[in-house]
Amino acid sequence: MATLKDKTAIAGIGQTRFAKHLPESEKTLACRAIVAALDDAGIAASEVDAFASYTMEETDEVEVAKSIGAGDVTFFSKVGYGGGGSCATLAHLAAAVATGQASVGVAWRSRKRGSGPRPWKNTAVQLPTPAQWTRPYGLLRPADEIGMLARRYMHEYGATRDHLFNVALACRNRANQNPDAVMYERPLTRDMYMTSRWISEPLCLFDNCLETDGALACVIVSAERARDCRQKPVYLHSVAQGLPAQHHGMVNYWNDDPLTGPAWAAARQLWKQADFGPDDVDVAQIYDAFTPLIPLSLEGYGFCGRGEGAAFTEGGALESGGRLPINTGGGGLSEGYVHGFNLINEGVKQLRGVSTAQVADASTCLVTAGEGVPTSAVLLRS
Amino acid sequence: MDALLLPVVDEDGAPFWEYAARGELRVQACAAPDCGRLRFPPRPCCPHCQSFDSEWRALSGRGRIWSYVLPHPPLLPAYAAQAPYNAVVVELADAPEIRLVGNVVTGPDAPLNSVDPGRLRIGAAVKAVFCPVSPEATLVRWLLER
Ligand SMILES: [Zn+2]
Repeated sequence: MATLKDKTAIAGIGQTRFAKHLPESEKTLACRAIVAALDDAGIAASEVDAFASYTMEETDEVEVAKSIGAGDVTFFSKVGYGGGGSCATLAHLAAAVATGQASVGVAWRSRKRGSGPRPWKNTAVQLPTPAQWTRPYGLLRPADEIGMLARRYMHEYGATRDHLFNVALACRNRANQNPDAVMYERPLTRDMYMTSRWISEPLCLFDNCLETDGALACVIVSAERARDCRQKPVYLHSVAQGLPAQHHGMVNYWNDDPLTGPAWAAARQLWKQADFGPDDVDVAQIYDAFTPLIPLSLEGYGFCGRGEGAAFTEGGALESGGRLPINTGGGGLSEGYVHGFNLINEGVKQLRGVSTAQVADASTCLVTAGEGVPTSAVLLRS
Repeated sequence: MDALLLPVVDEDGAPFWEYAARGELRVQACAAPDCGRLRFPPRPCCPHCQSFDSEWRALSGRGRIWSYVLPHPPLLPAYAAQAPYNAVVVELADAPEIRLVGNVVTGPDAPLNSVDPGRLRIGAAVKAVFCPVSPEATLVRWLLER
């Protein structure tokens, strides 16, 4: 069977600053991140012939291509479901490059979430299903929707707020090491966490990702070409998307087992194509719009059994030197929330050996996209 | 004055809201003779047998709290005015695989924050109550059962 295994690699990464407010437009930020990624790879913009981003990305490939001076573009793709699409942008480009539809692909996400509008405030655009079943009752925001799953998870498995704090703390500790993180030099304590204001009980302020302006991009080429580029190649070892049977979006309360989300479906495909398993993952970048997504994802991707995700976070397991260091740039919770794309670039930094919280000799990294929504994931290896 | 959000109804969901306006809790069921499975949210086709025939089956209106949250601001103004309030997921006694989002209140016209959150428990028994919120829309809310 033909697979994408190690056929393509990430040759360049780029990003803008992350901040609550950046003066430039999303389009400008997108171009800055892409130009930086191409420069990192040592590839001319005129060679770019493929683009992929999220359907929620508001700068389209037409604008980007003409701004940066791309050549003729022969492949372009957009992936739906917000943060669930992050890793799928890489998967689409890997497929395009591996099958000869294009030779240099750029994936990107630019977002002014810190200073721009919050999607849940837009009451004019309500999708009829499933919003008609939830929003009139005041289940308005993603935090409310995930909080519902979180309380059920805590009830079923004895997970506590201390487990969620373990997640928030691990991300914050790594951000404290990362000068580019919004939460650089801003430590978090258990007392701060336990006394912070509620957003949607059982979730408090520190269970929620940051509101951030910023943009990131990466460049994908064939594995062969990557070996001649400026940086050490980071290979796309396995890629997957996941939309499980009878799934209903973030308000996934209506299938037989709402606590096994899209991660489970993506994981089956991801591991099926890989030469190694969860025990061989050196470092993970797990989508963390909300802290409960981490234990749910740890279970889904097979790092522990069903219901064991909360206990997995104990004893510093997620910290540097722990069993599975996660979100080593600080993640969405503490580096910046750019719909999970910063997790991709941080995974590349780990496998280049240049992370600010470097895991010694890291050669494999799992990166995941938004859990709760139709999702995607990639396994990177050096 | 900002109002609470009304359901934006689609073709598949319309019967649910029409029955609710009459004080009935009905859920879509497959009408194929050898299937009859319930499904929610409503949709054109049965995921078990692919039949396009459906009917709306009356249920008892009894259920149990499957989970709940207590939203705090920032929220849309009409919700912020009542925050913290509860939003619950109720699994239906007659069909535990069917779960509905709602609110636990002290009466049909009571505010979203009318029940002390300390009385909410996963597994608590609740009963449907019908709350007209506009000439077109009647929401299904829930009373705690003794
Ligand atoms: Zn059927």
